[in-house]
Formats: sequence, C-alpha cells, structure tokens
Amino acid sequence: MPDATAKVKSEPAEALAEPRVSIRNLSFFYGAAQALKSVSIDFPDRQTTAMIGPSGCGKSTLLRVVNRMYDLYPGQRAEGEVILDGENILAPNTDINRLRRRVGMVFQKPTPFPKSIYENIAFGVRLHERLSRGAMDERVESALHKAALWNEVKDKLHASASALSGGQQQRLCIARSIAVRPQVLLLDEPTSALDPISTLRIEELIAELKQDFTIVIVTHNMQQAGRCADRVAFFYLGELVEVADATQMFTAPREKRTQEYITGRFG
Amino acid sequence: MPEDSKHILSSFEADLARLRDMIAAMGGLVETELDDAITALLTHDSALAASVVEMDAKVDADERAIEQFAVRVLALRQPVADDLRQVVAALKVTTDIERIGDYAANVAKRTLVLNQSGTTWPLASLSQMARLVQESLKSTIDAIGEADPVKAISVWRADQMIDDLYTTIFRELITYMMEDPRNITACTHLLFIAKNLERIGDHATNIAELTYYAATGQTLPEARPKGDLSASPASGPAT
Repeated sequence: MPDATAKVKSEPAEALAEPRVSIRNLSFFYGAAQALKSVSIDFPDRQTTAMIGPSGCGKSTLLRVVNRMYDLYPGQRAEGEVILDGENILAPNTDINRLRRRVGMVFQKPTPFPKSIYENIAFGVRLHERLSRGAMDERVESALHKAALWNEVKDKLHASASALSGGQQQRLCIARSIAVRPQVLLLDEPTSALDPISTLRIEELIAELKQDFTIVIVTHNMQQAGRCADRVAFFYLGELVEVADATQMFTAPREKRTQEYITGRFG
Repeated sequence: MPEDSKHILSSFEADLARLRDMIAAMGGLVETELDDAITALLTHDSALAASVVEMDAKVDADERAIEQFAVRVLALRQPVADDLRQVVAALKVTTDIERIGDYAANVAKRTLVLNQSGTTWPLASLSQMARLVQESLKSTIDAIGEADPVKAISVWRADQMIDDLYTTIFRELITYMMEDPRNITACTHLLFIAKNLERIGDHATNIAELTYYAATGQTLPEARPKGDLSASPASGPAT
C-alpha cells in the first residue's frame, strides 16, 4: 500500500513505527478484584494489534481503560500510565470528551442511535466541531466511504439506521467512530454478532483503516486475529503473557501457555 | 511431543494421533523396503529384490493417503502453532519418505541386473555404507514418532559419515573401471546404488530437519553436513 503514508500528512514517515499508545504498569481494579496486573504494552501507530485470551483475562478491561470508559462506574480504578502522544490519559485532569474523540470505540453488538443513517454520523461530529451543512455532508460521505458502506446507503441516508442489517449497522458504528477523526480505534469483538461474510467485510475494512488509524481489536476468533493483526497479544488472568507479530504467534509462540491456548489445549 | 496437555476437542487430538500413526506406518514400510533391498544386494537374492520393487507401490499409496488426510486436517481444523508445524512437516516428510522408497526400489532393480551378470563384486564398503544409512533412516523414523529434536540432530550430524563413505566408494569403483573396461557395466550399477544410498541419507537429513522444526519451531542452521566430494575435482581415482 504505497500511499498509506500520504493520507496522514501531519506525520513524518519515520514516525510510523512509533507507539501511538504506550501502556506502562497498568493495573485495574473492579472494587477489590484485580483484573489487570501491571501490564505494559505498546500499540504501534497505524498497525493493528489484536488482544486474545480466555474470557476474564482482562483484554476488554484494557480496551475500556484506553478511552476511560470505566469512569462511568464507581468503584473501578486504574493504576499506572497510559501514554497517548506523550500525555498520560489516566491523569485526573484529562479532558474526557476530548479523549473520546481521539480514541474511538466500537462494541460487540452494533449500537446505532435510533435516528437516520446521516444523523448517526453527524451527531457525534456536532459534539466536537461546528461544520457548515456542506462540510457536514462531506464528512458523513467520507466516513461512510471509509467504512465501505457508502454504496449501500447513499440513496437512503435519511432512512432509519435500525433498518440496516447487522453487518451494515456495525459498519455504520465504525463510520460514526471515524467521522470524528480519532487517532486510535478500539474494537471490542466487532464481528462476534455477525455472519461470516459481514465479518470478512469488517476485516477488509480494518485493513483499510489501518492506513489512517491505530487499531486495537479484541477478538475470540483466533483466525481473525491472524488475518487482521500485525501484532497479537495474549492475556491470561490479568497478565500479558506474550506479545509477538502475528506470524510468530501462530506458527511458533514462545510461551507454553500461549501455545496451549491458541491450539485449544487449555485447562 | 513434550508433555503437553490434551486438546479440548478430542476428535482433533485423534486426528493428529492418526496422522502420526500413518507416518510411522509408512516410515516402517520404507525401512523394511531398504533393509530388504540391502539384504538382496549383499546376498544376491533376486526374489527378495523383486519383492522390494513390488513393495514400492504400497509406499506410494501411503503417501497419497497421508497427503489427503493432512489436507483434510488443514481444511477442517485450521491448526496453529505446534499443531500446524506438525501437519506441515507431515506433508513434507511423506515426500521425503516416498523418495527414499524410490531409491530403495532402484537399488533392488539394479541388484536384479547385477545378479544376471553372474559375477560377484567386493561389497565391503557398500555394506558398511548401507548399514549407516539404515541406522540413519531408523533413527529418523523414530525421531518423527517421538517428536524428538535431539535424535533429529544426531541424524543430521551423522550424514557426514555417509557422504565420506560415498566418496570412498566412488574412488574405489573408478579404480576398478580403469583396471578393466569389462567392469564398467557392473561398476556403474554399483556406483548408482551407492549414490542412491547417499541420497537416502540426504532425505533422512531433510526429515530430521523437518522433525526438529515441528518439535521446536526453530530451523536448523543453513549449513547442513555436506561431505559428498565426488563432484569436486580432487576426487579422481586413487593412484
């Protein structure tokens, strides 16, 4: 993909492999229960990092920390550092709204607003920016293009989003996330509720979006991690066991626990 | 396989076990094929040589069956990590085993021709080389069955001696041919037999490399023991 760097003009080419997000000694607590134990990991810029591991291993928790989703719940707290562009986003003075614009998130089940397709995207943009009508139309169209949904919805932008299929709704949610031009896109099992073809469309989309965003995906589908990700991180019981490039991870993982998990011999 | 816990899906566990068994059976067949070919050569037993030639069809059938089964496992199980390495190694190992069978059958065919000539030849060096190749093949097949990387390395190292012996036999046979041109036909067959044995050693080395990879995920270094000097200028006849 030779033009991958051309799209993001503000970044010098040599900065591509830099970590966009650096997590240092992150521990997380749900009340007294510790869900993450001093995890350190980098999410490199414009690469896809997949997080895998059995249920309860902390991978979704980690995702929720990166845009401080946990702030909504009392009794949950994080320790350590999550550095985004040199700034520790766990610091109390972090502007949460600004953070969530920079770090977008898509969930397991599609969560469209009960509004039109157009409004689903414009709504979030309006929270952060004042755009003219023409500029907003352009923004909506560009987001739908990037989410590979434009051709399917261009004639019914003002129809209700809930009439779309599950796969289309999920792509709409991705369009909604990228319309505010985030730096990081967090995907929490984005295809687990979708059929195989819709899943492949989302995966194809992830490969495209990687050119513009830093992507972190949580998945239970090992093949999906192999197909989508540049790097794969394996978590177990709140610890990061191993992080490696996807080829290494699925041909010759270094850790025995990783091997047992990905080959289906766990427990 | 090092002591690993079992797969949660027992049918997958059974598939991998079946794959190992199929390769062990094919390996055992080729071991017998080689043993019989060498016995036939050393004892001038034409009937045994003919049976080796027939045996090769079964080896070819085994190869096809293993390939089909391995492809099925890849398609239905999508193995990863050590499971994937095991299946990929199985596919490649069977090709090597099949080639070893071909070389053994060729030794048997040439034995039939040699026996028709009615003359006997000194077979001491060839017999020594054959024993080394038999040992190497046996260790290789054992190493696959036990997924033993240490045994695989020992086969990999031992190939040097087989190559050295081949170079010696090459020089010896050329000397016989120079002494009397009437020896040329028989000596050429013996030379091909020695070459076949040397190639069997090389395929055993390949299998050892694959076994090592399947067991450890690491590849052995590029520089493999290579001692066949018959293609180098200094290997003319002993004078």
